[in-house]
Amino acid sequence: MAQVFPPGANWLAKWSILFAILGVTLVVGVASAVYWSPVVTQVGVHKKQPVPFSHQRHVQGNGLDCRYCHTSVETSPFAGIPATETCMTCHSQVLAGQEMFNPVKESWDSGQPMEWTRVNDLPDFVYFNHSIHVNKGVGCSTCHGRVDEMRLTYKAETLHMGWCLRCHEAPEKFIRPKDQVFNMAWEPPSDQLEQGRKLVQEYNVEVGQLLNCSICHR
Amino acid sequence: MNYEIASRTRGPKHAALCAACLVALSGCHWDMWNNARYKPLEPTTFFADNATARTVPPGIVPYYDTESKVLSVASTEPPLTDTHYFQGKVEGAFAKTLPASVPLNRALIERGQRQFEIYCIPCHGKLGDGQGMITTRGFPNPPSYHIDRLRQVELGYFVDVMTNGFGRMYSYASRVKPEDRWAIASYIRVLQLSQNATPELLPADVLEQAKNPQPAAAEAHEGPQSNEHD
Repeated sequence: MAQVFPPGANWLAKWSILFAILGVTLVVGVASAVYWSPVVTQVGVHKKQPVPFSHQRHVQGNGLDCRYCHTSVETSPFAGIPATETCMTCHSQVLAGQEMFNPVKESWDSGQPMEWTRVNDLPDFVYFNHSIHVNKGVGCSTCHGRVDEMRLTYKAETLHMGWCLRCHEAPEKFIRPKDQVFNMAWEPPSDQLEQGRKLVQEYNVEVGQLLNCSICHR
Repeated sequence: MNYEIASRTRGPKHAALCAACLVALSGCHWDMWNNARYKPLEPTTFFADNATARTVPPGIVPYYDTESKVLSVASTEPPLTDTHYFQGKVEGAFAKTLPASVPLNRALIERGQRQFEIYCIPCHGKLGDGQGMITTRGFPNPPSYHIDRLRQVELGYFVDVMTNGFGRMYSYASRVKPEDRWAIASYIRVLQLSQNATPELLPADVLEQAKNPQPAAAEAHEGPQSNEHD
Protein backbone atom coordinates (compact mmCIF):
# COMPACT_ATOMS: atom_id res chain seq x y z
CA MET A 1 0.00 0.00 0.00
CA ALA A 2 1.34 3.38 -1.01
CA GLN A 3 2.04 6.04 1.62
CA VAL A 4 -0.92 8.35 1.87
CA PHE A 5 1.08 11.30 3.30
CA PRO A 6 4.27 12.65 1.75
CA PRO A 7 7.19 13.48 4.14
CA GLY A 8 6.28 17.18 4.00
CA ALA A 9 3.09 16.35 5.87
CA ASN A 10 5.12 16.22 9.11
CA TRP A 11 5.40 19.99 8.91
CA LEU A 12 1.67 20.23 8.49
CA ALA A 13 1.05 17.92 11.43
CA LYS A 14 3.21 20.04 13.75
CA TRP A 15 1.85 23.39 12.67
CA SER A 16 -1.71 22.18 12.63
CA ILE A 17 -1.50 21.97 16.45
CA LEU A 18 -0.69 25.68 16.57
CA PHE A 19 -3.35 26.46 13.98
CA ALA A 20 -5.92 24.50 15.96
CA ILE A 21 -5.13 26.47 19.12
CA LEU A 22 -5.23 29.76 17.22
CA GLY A 23 -8.43 28.70 15.48
CA VAL A 24 -10.21 27.80 18.70
CA THR A 25 -9.03 31.04 20.32
CA LEU A 26 -10.27 33.00 17.36
CA VAL A 27 -13.67 31.31 17.32
CA VAL A 28 -14.11 31.73 21.08
CA GLY A 29 -12.87 35.32 20.88
CA VAL A 30 -15.22 36.27 18.07
CA ALA A 31 -18.15 34.49 19.71
CA SER A 32 -17.60 36.26 23.02
CA ALA A 33 -17.07 39.61 21.31
CA VAL A 34 -20.41 39.16 19.57
CA TYR A 35 -22.06 37.94 22.79
CA TRP A 36 -20.93 41.03 24.70
CA SER A 37 -21.52 43.43 21.84
CA PRO A 38 -24.62 45.62 21.60
CA VAL A 39 -25.78 43.37 18.75
CA VAL A 40 -26.67 40.75 21.34
CA THR A 41 -26.92 42.70 24.61
CA GLN A 42 -28.79 45.61 23.00
CA VAL A 43 -27.04 47.98 25.42
CA GLY A 44 -27.22 51.53 24.10
CA VAL A 45 -29.42 50.53 21.16
CA HIS A 46 -32.57 52.57 20.54
CA LYS A 47 -35.70 50.61 19.83
CA LYS A 48 -38.19 51.86 17.29
CA GLN A 49 -41.11 53.39 19.14
CA PRO A 50 -44.44 54.69 17.82
CA VAL A 51 -43.51 58.17 19.11
CA PRO A 52 -39.88 59.36 19.56
CA PHE A 53 -40.39 59.86 23.31
CA SER A 54 -37.56 61.72 25.03
CA HIS A 55 -36.93 61.06 28.72
CA GLN A 56 -34.39 63.86 28.61
CA ARG A 57 -37.04 66.42 27.69
CA HIS A 58 -39.54 65.16 30.23
CA VAL A 59 -37.23 64.57 33.19
CA GLN A 60 -34.38 67.04 32.76
CA GLY A 61 -36.29 69.56 30.69
CA ASN A 62 -39.55 69.60 32.62
CA GLY A 63 -38.50 68.21 35.98
CA LEU A 64 -41.01 65.37 36.06
CA ASP A 65 -40.47 62.79 38.78
CA CYS A 66 -40.05 59.18 37.53
CA ARG A 67 -43.18 58.25 39.46
CA TYR A 68 -45.37 60.76 37.64
CA CYS A 69 -45.57 58.19 34.83
CA HIS A 70 -44.16 55.01 36.42
CA THR A 71 -46.75 55.14 39.17
CA SER A 72 -46.53 51.60 40.49
CA VAL A 73 -42.75 51.38 40.89
CA GLU A 74 -42.89 51.68 44.68
CA THR A 75 -45.72 49.24 45.24
CA SER A 76 -45.52 46.54 42.58
CA PRO A 77 -43.06 44.35 40.68
CA PHE A 78 -43.85 46.31 37.51
CA ALA A 79 -42.86 49.97 37.38
CA GLY A 80 -45.78 50.76 35.10
CA ILE A 81 -45.88 52.12 31.58
CA PRO A 82 -48.12 55.19 31.58
CA ALA A 83 -51.57 54.89 30.11
CA THR A 84 -52.41 57.15 27.18
CA GLU A 85 -54.41 59.16 29.73
CA THR A 86 -51.14 60.12 31.46
CA CYS A 87 -49.67 61.44 28.19
CA MET A 88 -52.86 63.32 27.45
CA THR A 89 -52.88 64.97 30.88
CA CYS A 90 -50.38 67.49 29.50
CA HIS A 91 -50.59 66.79 25.79
CA SER A 92 -54.28 67.62 25.49
CA GLN A 93 -52.76 71.15 25.48
CA VAL A 94 -49.02 70.86 24.83
CA LEU A 95 -47.95 69.77 21.30
CA ALA A 96 -51.53 68.61 20.78
CA GLY A 97 -51.65 69.29 17.05
CA GLN A 98 -48.21 68.00 16.09
CA GLU A 99 -47.93 65.20 13.58
CA MET A 100 -45.34 63.34 15.67
CA PHE A 101 -47.94 63.08 18.38
CA ASN A 102 -50.67 61.49 16.20
CA PRO A 103 -50.29 57.89 17.47
CA VAL A 104 -51.07 59.05 21.03
CA LYS A 105 -54.05 61.07 19.86
CA GLU A 106 -55.35 58.09 17.88
CA SER A 107 -54.92 55.85 20.91
CA TRP A 108 -56.80 58.35 23.06
CA ASP A 109 -59.64 58.68 20.56
CA SER A 110 -60.01 54.97 19.85
CA GLY A 111 -59.23 53.52 23.28
CA GLN A 112 -56.68 51.18 21.67
CA PRO A 113 -53.56 51.09 23.87
CA MET A 114 -50.22 52.36 22.54
CA GLU A 115 -47.80 49.59 21.57
CA TRP A 116 -44.43 50.68 22.95
CA THR A 117 -41.44 48.43 22.41
CA ARG A 118 -39.95 47.00 25.56
CA VAL A 119 -36.39 48.23 26.13
CA ASN A 120 -35.46 46.23 29.23
CA ASP A 121 -36.73 42.70 28.78
CA LEU A 122 -35.85 39.91 31.19
CA PRO A 123 -36.32 36.20 30.46
CA ASP A 124 -39.59 34.84 31.83
CA PHE A 125 -37.77 32.69 34.40
CA VAL A 126 -36.62 35.83 36.20
CA TYR A 127 -39.10 37.34 38.62
CA PHE A 128 -37.76 40.83 39.07
CA ASN A 129 -39.53 43.12 41.52
CA HIS A 130 -39.09 46.90 41.24
CA SER A 131 -40.76 47.77 44.54
CA ILE A 132 -38.36 45.84 46.79
CA HIS A 133 -35.39 47.45 45.06
CA VAL A 134 -36.56 51.08 45.27
CA ASN A 135 -37.78 50.56 48.85
CA LYS A 136 -34.39 49.22 49.95
CA GLY A 137 -32.25 51.98 48.49
CA VAL A 138 -31.44 50.78 44.96
CA GLY A 139 -31.70 53.86 42.77
CA CYS A 140 -33.24 53.98 39.30
CA SER A 141 -29.96 55.04 37.73
CA THR A 142 -28.04 52.10 39.22
CA CYS A 143 -29.71 49.77 36.70
CA HIS A 144 -31.22 52.12 34.12
CA GLY A 145 -28.36 54.58 33.78
CA ARG A 146 -28.92 58.30 33.25
CA VAL A 147 -32.38 57.93 31.74
CA ASP A 148 -32.84 61.64 32.33
CA GLU A 149 -30.15 62.25 29.70
CA MET A 150 -31.56 59.85 27.09
CA ARG A 151 -33.15 61.53 24.11
CA LEU A 152 -34.32 58.13 22.93
CA THR A 153 -34.60 55.37 25.48
CA TYR A 154 -32.10 52.55 25.52
CA LYS A 155 -30.98 49.79 27.80
CA ALA A 156 -28.05 50.91 29.95
CA GLU A 157 -26.86 47.56 31.27
CA THR A 158 -26.70 43.99 29.95
CA LEU A 159 -29.13 42.61 32.56
CA HIS A 160 -27.05 39.44 32.51
CA MET A 161 -27.27 37.34 35.65
CA GLY A 162 -23.64 38.04 36.44
CA TRP A 163 -24.45 41.73 36.34
CA CYS A 164 -27.31 41.27 38.83
CA LEU A 165 -25.02 39.28 41.11
CA ARG A 166 -22.47 42.08 41.39
CA CYS A 167 -24.98 43.80 43.64
CA HIS A 168 -26.62 40.71 45.15
CA GLU A 169 -23.20 39.59 46.32
CA ALA A 170 -22.22 42.98 47.70
CA PRO A 171 -25.16 45.39 47.93
CA GLU A 172 -23.06 47.83 49.98
CA LYS A 173 -21.29 48.77 46.76
CA PHE A 174 -24.48 50.13 45.20
CA ILE A 175 -27.06 50.91 47.88
CA ARG A 176 -27.92 54.59 48.45
CA PRO A 177 -30.04 56.54 50.93
CA LYS A 178 -33.76 56.01 50.28
CA ASP A 179 -34.37 59.71 49.68
CA GLN A 180 -31.87 59.58 46.79
CA VAL A 181 -33.44 56.63 44.95
CA PHE A 182 -35.17 58.82 42.38
CA ASN A 183 -32.29 61.28 42.08
CA MET A 184 -30.84 60.48 38.67
CA ALA A 185 -27.68 62.51 39.30
CA TRP A 186 -26.69 60.70 42.50
CA GLU A 187 -23.09 59.53 42.57
CA PRO A 188 -21.63 57.20 45.19
CA PRO A 189 -19.68 59.09 47.87
CA SER A 190 -15.95 58.43 48.26
CA ASP A 191 -16.68 56.27 51.32
CA GLN A 192 -19.47 54.33 49.61
CA LEU A 193 -18.44 50.98 51.08
CA GLU A 194 -18.62 52.30 54.62
CA GLN A 195 -21.89 54.21 54.02
CA GLY A 196 -23.27 51.24 52.09
CA ARG A 197 -22.62 48.82 54.95
CA LYS A 198 -24.50 51.13 57.31
CA LEU A 199 -27.45 51.39 54.91
CA VAL A 200 -27.54 47.63 54.33
CA GLN A 201 -27.91 47.22 58.08
CA GLU A 202 -30.34 50.11 58.51
CA TYR A 203 -32.64 48.90 55.72
CA ASN A 204 -32.50 45.27 56.88
CA VAL A 205 -31.14 43.99 53.58
CA GLU A 206 -30.82 40.24 54.13
CA VAL A 207 -27.48 39.81 52.39
CA GLY A 208 -27.36 36.05 53.00
CA GLN A 209 -30.64 35.56 51.16
CA LEU A 210 -29.73 37.57 48.11
CA LEU A 211 -27.89 34.67 46.51
CA ASN A 212 -30.68 32.12 46.96
CA CYS A 213 -31.86 30.90 43.56
CA SER A 214 -35.48 31.36 44.54
CA ILE A 215 -34.95 35.06 45.24
CA CYS A 216 -35.17 35.63 41.48
CA HIS A 217 -36.15 32.27 39.96
CA ARG A 218 -39.36 30.37 40.62
CA MET B 1 -4.47 -2.35 7.56
CA ASN B 2 -4.93 -1.03 11.05
CA TYR B 3 -6.30 2.13 9.54
CA GLU B 4 -8.97 0.19 7.72
CA ILE B 5 -10.06 -1.55 10.89
CA ALA B 6 -10.08 1.72 12.74
CA SER B 7 -12.13 3.48 10.11
CA ARG B 8 -14.60 0.66 10.05
CA THR B 9 -15.15 0.80 13.80
CA ARG B 10 -15.05 4.62 13.98
CA GLY B 11 -17.84 5.06 11.45
CA PRO B 12 -20.67 3.88 13.70
CA LYS B 13 -19.10 5.65 16.71
CA HIS B 14 -19.05 8.97 14.86
CA ALA B 15 -22.59 8.48 13.71
CA ALA B 16 -23.68 7.78 17.29
CA LEU B 17 -21.83 10.89 18.53
CA CYS B 18 -23.44 13.05 15.88
CA ALA B 19 -26.85 11.64 16.72
CA ALA B 20 -26.26 12.35 20.41
CA CYS B 21 -25.28 15.93 19.56
CA LEU B 22 -28.43 16.35 17.52
CA VAL B 23 -30.53 14.96 20.37
CA ALA B 24 -28.82 17.37 22.76
CA LEU B 25 -29.37 20.28 20.36
CA SER B 26 -33.03 19.41 20.13
CA GLY B 27 -33.08 20.15 23.84
CA CYS B 28 -32.31 23.80 23.08
CA HIS B 29 -35.55 25.66 23.26
CA TRP B 30 -36.94 29.01 24.35
CA ASP B 31 -39.96 27.95 26.31
CA MET B 32 -38.34 28.77 29.64
CA TRP B 33 -37.23 32.11 28.28
CA ASN B 34 -40.73 32.67 26.97
CA ASN B 35 -43.00 30.98 29.50
CA ALA B 36 -46.66 30.40 28.76
CA ARG B 37 -47.47 33.53 30.74
CA TYR B 38 -47.86 37.20 30.02
CA LYS B 39 -45.80 39.96 31.51
CA PRO B 40 -47.72 43.09 32.49
CA LEU B 41 -49.02 44.87 29.37
CA GLU B 42 -47.61 42.21 27.01
CA PRO B 43 -49.62 41.97 23.79
CA THR B 44 -51.68 38.89 22.98
CA THR B 45 -53.56 37.53 20.02
CA PHE B 46 -56.24 36.12 22.31
CA PHE B 47 -58.27 39.33 22.58
CA ALA B 48 -59.45 41.39 19.64
CA ASP B 49 -57.64 44.52 20.86
CA ASN B 50 -54.37 42.56 21.44
CA ALA B 51 -54.19 43.75 25.05
CA THR B 52 -53.64 41.45 28.02
CA ALA B 53 -54.37 44.32 30.40
CA ARG B 54 -58.14 44.37 30.21
CA THR B 55 -60.20 47.50 30.55
CA VAL B 56 -62.76 47.12 33.30
CA PRO B 57 -66.19 46.48 31.70
CA PRO B 58 -68.70 49.32 31.98
CA GLY B 59 -70.80 49.31 35.15
CA ILE B 60 -68.09 47.77 37.30
CA VAL B 61 -66.82 49.88 40.16
CA PRO B 62 -63.55 49.51 42.03
CA TYR B 63 -63.76 48.30 45.60
CA TYR B 64 -61.14 49.71 47.90
CA ASP B 65 -60.88 48.25 51.34
CA THR B 66 -59.69 51.04 53.63
CA GLU B 67 -58.64 48.54 56.32
CA SER B 68 -56.47 46.25 54.22
CA LYS B 69 -55.72 48.93 51.59
CA VAL B 70 -56.54 46.46 48.85
CA LEU B 71 -58.07 47.70 45.63
CA SER B 72 -60.11 45.13 43.80
CA VAL B 73 -62.84 45.01 41.23
CA ALA B 74 -66.30 44.35 42.60
CA SER B 75 -69.66 43.92 40.97
CA THR B 76 -71.90 46.94 40.62
CA GLU B 77 -73.71 45.94 43.76
CA PRO B 78 -72.07 47.49 46.73
CA PRO B 79 -70.88 50.74 45.19
CA LEU B 80 -68.39 52.91 47.03
CA THR B 81 -70.68 53.80 49.89
CA ASP B 82 -68.09 55.86 51.74
CA THR B 83 -68.59 58.98 49.64
CA HIS B 84 -66.64 60.99 52.19
CA TYR B 85 -63.50 58.91 51.67
CA PHE B 86 -63.80 58.29 47.93
CA GLN B 87 -65.42 61.46 46.61
CA GLY B 88 -64.77 64.03 49.30
CA LYS B 89 -68.51 64.55 49.76
CA VAL B 90 -70.85 64.20 52.72
CA GLU B 91 -74.54 64.17 51.82
CA GLY B 92 -73.81 65.80 48.49
CA ALA B 93 -71.74 68.69 49.90
CA PHE B 94 -67.94 68.90 49.97
CA ALA B 95 -66.54 67.44 53.18
CA LYS B 96 -65.04 69.96 55.58
CA THR B 97 -62.91 67.40 57.42
CA LEU B 98 -60.76 64.35 56.83
CA PRO B 99 -62.63 61.05 56.78
CA ALA B 100 -62.48 59.07 60.03
CA SER B 101 -60.13 56.49 58.51
CA VAL B 102 -57.47 59.12 57.73
CA PRO B 103 -55.95 60.49 60.94
CA LEU B 104 -54.30 63.90 60.77
CA ASN B 105 -50.68 63.61 61.80
CA ARG B 106 -47.21 64.55 60.64
CA ALA B 107 -46.89 61.38 58.56
CA LEU B 108 -50.00 62.30 56.56
CA ILE B 109 -48.67 65.78 55.80
CA GLU B 110 -45.26 64.42 54.81
CA ARG B 111 -46.87 61.81 52.60
CA GLY B 112 -48.94 64.62 51.09
CA GLN B 113 -45.85 66.69 50.37
CA ARG B 114 -44.11 63.71 48.77
CA GLN B 115 -47.05 62.87 46.52
CA PHE B 116 -47.76 66.55 45.77
CA GLU B 117 -44.21 66.97 44.58
CA ILE B 118 -44.58 63.99 42.23
CA TYR B 119 -48.01 64.56 40.73
CA CYS B 120 -48.96 68.20 41.25
CA ILE B 121 -45.93 70.46 40.96
CA PRO B 122 -45.53 70.07 37.17
CA CYS B 123 -48.49 72.45 36.79
CA HIS B 124 -49.25 73.88 40.24
CA GLY B 125 -45.64 74.62 41.18
CA LYS B 126 -43.82 73.79 44.36
CA LEU B 127 -45.57 76.61 46.23
CA GLY B 128 -48.98 75.88 44.72
CA ASP B 129 -48.97 79.26 43.01
CA GLY B 130 -49.94 77.84 39.61
CA GLN B 131 -46.52 78.56 38.10
CA GLY B 132 -45.34 75.00 37.45
CA MET B 133 -42.85 74.13 34.71
CA ILE B 134 -45.50 72.80 32.33
CA THR B 135 -47.15 76.22 32.24
CA THR B 136 -44.02 77.46 30.49
CA ARG B 137 -44.59 74.78 27.83
CA GLY B 138 -47.97 76.03 26.71
CA PHE B 139 -50.27 74.60 29.36
CA PRO B 140 -52.58 77.30 30.74
CA ASN B 141 -51.80 78.33 34.32
CA PRO B 142 -54.01 76.70 36.92
CA PRO B 143 -55.31 79.04 39.61
CA SER B 144 -53.07 79.67 42.60
CA TYR B 145 -54.10 77.89 45.80
CA HIS B 146 -53.64 81.20 47.56
CA ILE B 147 -56.60 83.01 46.02
CA ASP B 148 -59.56 83.65 48.33
CA ARG B 149 -61.87 81.18 46.59
CA LEU B 150 -59.51 78.24 47.08
CA ARG B 151 -58.52 79.31 50.59
CA GLN B 152 -62.14 79.17 51.62
CA VAL B 153 -63.17 76.05 49.78
CA GLU B 154 -63.77 72.84 51.77
CA LEU B 155 -61.06 70.17 52.05
CA GLY B 156 -63.23 67.71 50.15
CA TYR B 157 -63.20 70.02 47.12
CA PHE B 158 -59.54 69.22 46.43
CA VAL B 159 -60.24 65.50 46.70
CA ASP B 160 -63.13 65.90 44.29
CA VAL B 161 -60.91 67.71 41.76
CA MET B 162 -58.17 65.06 42.03
CA THR B 163 -60.76 62.29 41.63
CA ASN B 164 -62.81 63.74 38.79
CA GLY B 165 -60.57 66.35 37.21
CA PHE B 166 -61.49 70.00 36.71
CA GLY B 167 -61.40 72.10 33.56
CA ARG B 168 -58.23 71.12 31.67
CA MET B 169 -56.97 69.02 34.57
CA TYR B 170 -57.56 65.32 33.98
CA SER B 171 -58.69 62.97 36.70
CA TYR B 172 -55.83 61.58 38.78
CA ALA B 173 -57.98 58.75 40.13
CA SER B 174 -55.94 56.13 38.30
CA ARG B 175 -52.64 57.53 39.56
CA VAL B 176 -53.22 58.87 43.06
CA LYS B 177 -54.77 56.52 45.62
CA PRO B 178 -57.75 57.78 47.65
CA GLU B 179 -55.71 58.01 50.85
CA ASP B 180 -53.00 59.98 49.05
CA ARG B 181 -55.63 62.40 47.75
CA TRP B 182 -56.50 63.29 51.36
CA ALA B 183 -52.80 63.55 52.18
CA ILE B 184 -52.28 65.93 49.24
CA ALA B 185 -55.37 67.97 50.15
CA SER B 186 -53.98 68.33 53.68
CA TYR B 187 -50.63 69.42 52.29
CA ILE B 188 -52.37 72.03 50.11
CA ARG B 189 -53.69 73.50 53.39
CA VAL B 190 -50.08 73.60 54.63
CA LEU B 191 -49.04 75.49 51.49
CA GLN B 192 -51.93 77.90 51.92
CA LEU B 193 -50.88 78.54 55.50
CA SER B 194 -47.24 78.98 54.47
CA GLN B 195 -48.12 81.80 52.08
CA ASN B 196 -50.44 83.54 54.52
CA ALA B 197 -48.72 82.97 57.83
CA THR B 198 -48.57 85.66 60.48
CA PRO B 199 -45.69 85.98 62.97
CA GLU B 200 -47.92 84.83 65.86
CA LEU B 201 -48.18 81.39 64.25
CA LEU B 202 -44.45 80.78 64.53
CA PRO B 203 -43.09 78.69 67.39
CA ALA B 204 -41.65 80.87 70.16
CA ASP B 205 -37.99 80.05 69.43
CA VAL B 206 -38.32 80.65 65.70
CA LEU B 207 -40.15 83.90 66.39
CA GLU B 208 -37.38 84.95 68.77
CA GLN B 209 -34.81 84.24 66.06
CA ALA B 210 -36.81 86.22 63.53
CA LYS B 211 -37.04 89.19 65.85
CA ASN B 212 -33.36 89.08 66.63
CA PRO B 213 -31.49 88.72 63.33
CA GLN B 214 -28.08 88.36 65.03
CA PRO B 215 -28.12 84.54 65.52
CA ALA B 216 -29.73 84.12 62.11
CA ALA B 217 -26.86 85.98 60.48
CA ALA B 218 -24.37 83.79 62.35
CA GLU B 219 -26.19 80.71 61.10
CA ALA B 220 -26.11 81.98 57.54
CA HIS B 221 -22.39 82.40 57.97
CA GLU B 222 -22.07 78.83 59.20
CA GLY B 223 -24.00 77.50 56.25
CA PRO B 224 -21.31 77.61 53.55
CA GLN B 225 -18.70 76.39 56.03
CA SER B 226 -20.62 73.22 56.78
CA ASN B 227 -21.12 72.73 53.07
CA GLU B 228 -17.39 72.73 52.60
CA HIS B 229 -17.16 69.74 54.88
CA ASP B 230 -19.55 67.88 52.61
